Amino acid sequence: MSEIAGKLFSWVNDRLPIVNTFERHLSKHPVPSKVNFWYLFGALASVVLIIQIVSGIWLIMPYSNTEEEAFSSIEYIMRDVDYGWVIRYIHTTGASMFFAVVYLHMFRGLLYGSYQKPKELVWIFGCTIYLAMMAEGFLGYVLPYGQMSYWGAQVIISLFGAIPYIGESLELWVRGDYYISGITVSRFFALHVVALPLVLIALVFLHLVALHEVGAGNPEGVDIEEFLDDDGVPLDSVPFFPYKVLNALVGIGVFMTVFAIIMFFFPEGGGYFIEMANFQEANPLVTPDHIAPVWYYAPFFTMLRAVPDPLGGLIVMGSAVAIFFVVPWLDRSNVASIRYKGIYSKIALVLFGVSFLTLGYLGTVGVTEVRKTMSVICTVIYFAFFLLMPVYTKYEKTKQVPKRL
Amino acid sequence: MQDKDKTRRKVLIGLTSAVGLSGLPFAATPFIAAWNPSAKAKAAGAPVKLDVSKMQFGQQIQVSWRKQPVFIIRHTKESLASLQLTLPKLADPNSDLISEPYKGLFPTRSKSSEYSVMSGVCTHLGCAPKYFPEVEPKSWDATWSGGFFCPCHGSMFDIVGRVFKGVPAPTNLIVPPHMFEGSILTIGEDKEL
Repeated sequence: MSEIAGKLFSWVNDRLPIVNTFERHLSKHPVPSKVNFWYLFGALASVVLIIQIVSGIWLIMPYSNTEEEAFSSIEYIMRDVDYGWVIRYIHTTGASMFFAVVYLHMFRGLLYGSYQKPKELVWIFGCTIYLAMMAEGFLGYVLPYGQMSYWGAQVIISLFGAIPYIGESLELWVRGDYYISGITVSRFFALHVVALPLVLIALVFLHLVALHEVGAGNPEGVDIEEFLDDDGVPLDSVPFFPYKVLNALVGIGVFMTVFAIIMFFFPEGGGYFIEMANFQEANPLVTPDHIAPVWYYAPFFTMLRAVPDPLGGLIVMGSAVAIFFVVPWLDRSNVASIRYKGIYSKIALVLFGVSFLTLGYLGTVGVTEVRKTMSVICTVIYFAFFLLMPVYTKYEKTKQVPKRL
Repeated sequence: MQDKDKTRRKVLIGLTSAVGLSGLPFAATPFIAAWNPSAKAKAAGAPVKLDVSKMQFGQQIQVSWRKQPVFIIRHTKESLASLQLTLPKLADPNSDLISEPYKGLFPTRSKSSEYSVMSGVCTHLGCAPKYFPEVEPKSWDATWSGGFFCPCHGSMFDIVGRVFKGVPAPTNLIVPPHMFEGSILTIGEDKEL
């Protein structure tokens, strides 16, 4: 029996590079032997991606993408479909968790210089994934056609209107109607369930292929390629499978526990994951008293709001995301990890983290004079972190990086 | 291969690519055009008519044109007179920043001396400003003399939809094309325009 199985396997393997791929990307793929929990979030992000794809496919089945039925089909999923509420809450919790782990993953990048040569392309693919995720999240939020879906989309689509000359016709073209109607919802549906997931999967594939080409980093910023054994394998490395895979499983277990707790006990996340206004059907004639984005867009929304002019706001918000792409060329430090960088880099990163969180908080609350001033200050700090990076990373005293991990 | 042949190959590749690429706009046309408003959407966006003679003085009603709120206000003589009071607060009292169809015709900014017709979409980010006609101190303005306040980002407008200084909204509320035939108001169409 096992002989037949073995023969069948080698028949397939002669025609499909199973063993080669397994060895190259898993059992013989060297990864740094010492990393910390910050290196888990990439794996968690791919787990959430799978969760979102599976729960998403199941949500497509009962969902209706028309103006009349979109909102009621969500209620139908929640009340009449067996376990429909579980599947929907998996998807909504997954959306917030996706952003949570990706933000932590990105912060890891800033912390340990994961964008530095030769990992620029890995970083750029990652930034593009983040961009695609923002679009994906926005499109998905419109689909239930609740009040916040409608008015949130109204704010975002009118951003196109701020573009000089072509703005208004572009807005009309994106909506396909004079307001956000069933026509808009059904095209957003197509983009959300087919177009962007394809883009995301392709980008994740490129992100991983590029990463496996240049090798993963470590919190020390040590180049493990410097010291190789006789077979050319880095001395300070372990094979990805089984060491890192089993290691990650522990992290995934913890993560799944947190995920389940949120999903079963706090699916609305206190109005931050699913906003209360979205439990009402979209009404183009009534603006909710307080329009706030979901938490993962909040920092950028605050920056948009901090600038009085819509076009200016659009430019600031766009630049806030776009600036991530050029980080590999802004950091002029001779070391990668924050552990060996100087005091300026450390202060800058703390200020950046604080300002990002403050911007996030400000985006979820109403506007007052004090908060307006605070949002301007935090926006300035946010940009200063990036724009002054070439200066403070170059002219600071760095520590000597050890040779071995 | 001879150099002559290499040049010939380059020219042929260039020409073939150019011809191929010239087909791209044609191939893209249906995909881009399919996102335009459909005939059905255009029909649903047709002008709306209503009788405004039954409106109370000082009343604001809201009609839906293209599913967007359009505000109609029947002003009192007093409220029109009070427009002078808010003048120093305004950013663009004469609507110089926007192209307005009935500029300078009446203080109401419309085609009528009594009614104002304006889009109820905030010029900042598209929310619907709320009507607060009463003259009394408000949390957003201690010297409030009636007008519109946008709950989203705090933009303020006077009772004929002109924007205040120092608020997020950049321009006055837009006046849509409209016409009066007796007391019948048509929004979305003006035969004289």
